[in-house]
Amino acid sequence: MSDRYDALAARIDERFGEQLQRITSTCGELTYELGKFDLREVAAALRNDFGFEMLMDVCGVDYLTYGKDEWLTEDATETGFSRGVERGPVILDDTDTFPAKRFAVVYHLLSLQNNQRLRLRTYTGTENPPILKSVVDIWNSANWFEREAFDLFGILFEGHPDLRRILTDYGFIGHPFRKDFPLIGNVEVSYDVEKGRVAYKPVSIEPRTLVPRVIRDDNRYQPDLQDRGHG
Amino acid sequence: MAEIQSYTMNFGPQHPAAHGVLRLVLEMDGETIQKADPHIGLLHRATEKLAESKPFSQSIGYMDRLDYVSMMCNEHGYVLAIEKLLGIEIPARAQYIRVMFDEITRILNHLMWLGAHGLDIGAMTVFLYCFREREDLMDLYEAVSGTRMHATYYRPGGVFRDLPDSMPKYQESRFRNAKELARINAAREGSMLDFIEDFTQRFPACVDEYETLLTDNRIWKQRTVNIAVVSPERAMQLGFSGPMLRGSGIEWDLRRKQPYEVYDALEFDIPVGVNGDCYDRYLVRIEELRQSNHIIKQCVDWLRANPGPVIADDHKVVAPSRVEMKDDMESLIHHFKLFTEGYTVPVGEAYAAIEHPKGEFGVYLVSDGANKPYRVKIRAAGFAHLSAMAEMVEGHMLADVVAVIGTQDIVFGEVDR
Repeated sequence: MSDRYDALAARIDERFGEQLQRITSTCGELTYELGKFDLREVAAALRNDFGFEMLMDVCGVDYLTYGKDEWLTEDATETGFSRGVERGPVILDDTDTFPAKRFAVVYHLLSLQNNQRLRLRTYTGTENPPILKSVVDIWNSANWFEREAFDLFGILFEGHPDLRRILTDYGFIGHPFRKDFPLIGNVEVSYDVEKGRVAYKPVSIEPRTLVPRVIRDDNRYQPDLQDRGHG
Repeated sequence: MAEIQSYTMNFGPQHPAAHGVLRLVLEMDGETIQKADPHIGLLHRATEKLAESKPFSQSIGYMDRLDYVSMMCNEHGYVLAIEKLLGIEIPARAQYIRVMFDEITRILNHLMWLGAHGLDIGAMTVFLYCFREREDLMDLYEAVSGTRMHATYYRPGGVFRDLPDSMPKYQESRFRNAKELARINAAREGSMLDFIEDFTQRFPACVDEYETLLTDNRIWKQRTVNIAVVSPERAMQLGFSGPMLRGSGIEWDLRRKQPYEVYDALEFDIPVGVNGDCYDRYLVRIEELRQSNHIIKQCVDWLRANPGPVIADDHKVVAPSRVEMKDDMESLIHHFKLFTEGYTVPVGEAYAAIEHPKGEFGVYLVSDGANKPYRVKIRAAGFAHLSAMAEMVEGHMLADVVAVIGTQDIVFGEVDR
């Protein structure tokens, strides 16, 4: 398996050079990052010249809280450890720009003829709303996947034939899979007896964190910790 | 008489043939469909976002509820992705058990599909026949995991427990006399593997029964032959996978091409269609029933001969047994940490794909080194298939919409997630 991927990686490096940056993977997968303006050119070349005739998945990712834990375990105080529940939600991003590496779109390609998989990741940059070029005309299967990324993350795809919400309710406000969107949501629906119809109300439940998010310095996964001999 | 213009019609979401909660907005010209616009999301539960708020292992149960007619296959995709990131090996016996239950699940799924598809386009009996066999397989789910549907049986590192030595039996009631009871309990006297073996012996005759009802049935062929033809090129372009891709004549099966677990050690054939119509996809799935049965038989033989552990012996990920926990301090610590905090998964990303009964079921996991996934993306086969609905029904009659929903094997748990 890995030999075939090495050959493919060499061909890709030769063809695209600086356009694609290879990301090292721990589980034998081939991942490349590329600039948002190269996306369509690279996608078309991968489809036509490298045999990636299928686009299996398009996935939006919001990297806002990447690497941030809710429970700091390095320093205990007299009052005890900090619990995740008390740290409050992450800052809402109302600014005109985003951090350059906040939103990414990940494409999973599959080549049936060569039996290979490839992952492409492109960041949307600082623009608000985030925007990318659509690849629907290169792989038609991107149609609903891009609608989903738009619906859940608010990423716009320029050139998409029909960019509507797909999974959320008619008239939904916000993009629920962004990390600054609360898990419990903002509204709830119920039947309103006075109005005689189903109506939206502000959400009445409180968010709870049963298990805080922690990041451990695990010596099994970090080579520089392995020699020190403590857990 | 006034000239009839094209009009718009609403189909679903409370239509029995909509397989759950599909809403279709159809632009019709008489009874011919000009344009179809599926509205989905009525069953959206934000499974991926929920999974991001929980330790890795607590989300396995959510996976059952995705495609709720092929539960263990969903779990398989998710635990494979975790195992890929953790880099842990699982015991051979667990791999065989997983493969066996994947194939049992495939039969469960295809029986549900066959019954519902038949019912949708006018074949009542086959639905009852399919549910008769499904009942036995549901009992297997129950015997091994305690629940008939939402098993949560696969765990990172293996499976929850070994196969039981006995099968639950039917109890006496006022509806069954002793003779009847002895008859239905006859196959359940031995171990679970005995029961499965008995099933694999009688199941091919059951498939023959379904085929007698449908394969050469004139009405069945009128409803399926040349309906929703998809060319191999379009099937690839539209992101098809599984029986939908094979029905169009492309020989592609992840079990063979990118083998996971022990599929490379097992013998089975990949059925492929010719015309890419609903009838070919029906034939492909029927043959898959027989092939799955064949795989189960091979697994039963292997499992009989090879006892051993069913879950990895890595207590940083797998909880130690209750017995160990009672008199071993380290096991107690592991147990406490695993059930309060969970395990952390190294930084990285992985995409694990399995040959789900409906197609390629992929789980893309992004981990930032925490005890919860940073991003989980579930690539459901049905989502890609349903997005091709508009293209497949265009120019067909209204009644064919139902045949197309059936042939795509749509289940909204996985489409809406």
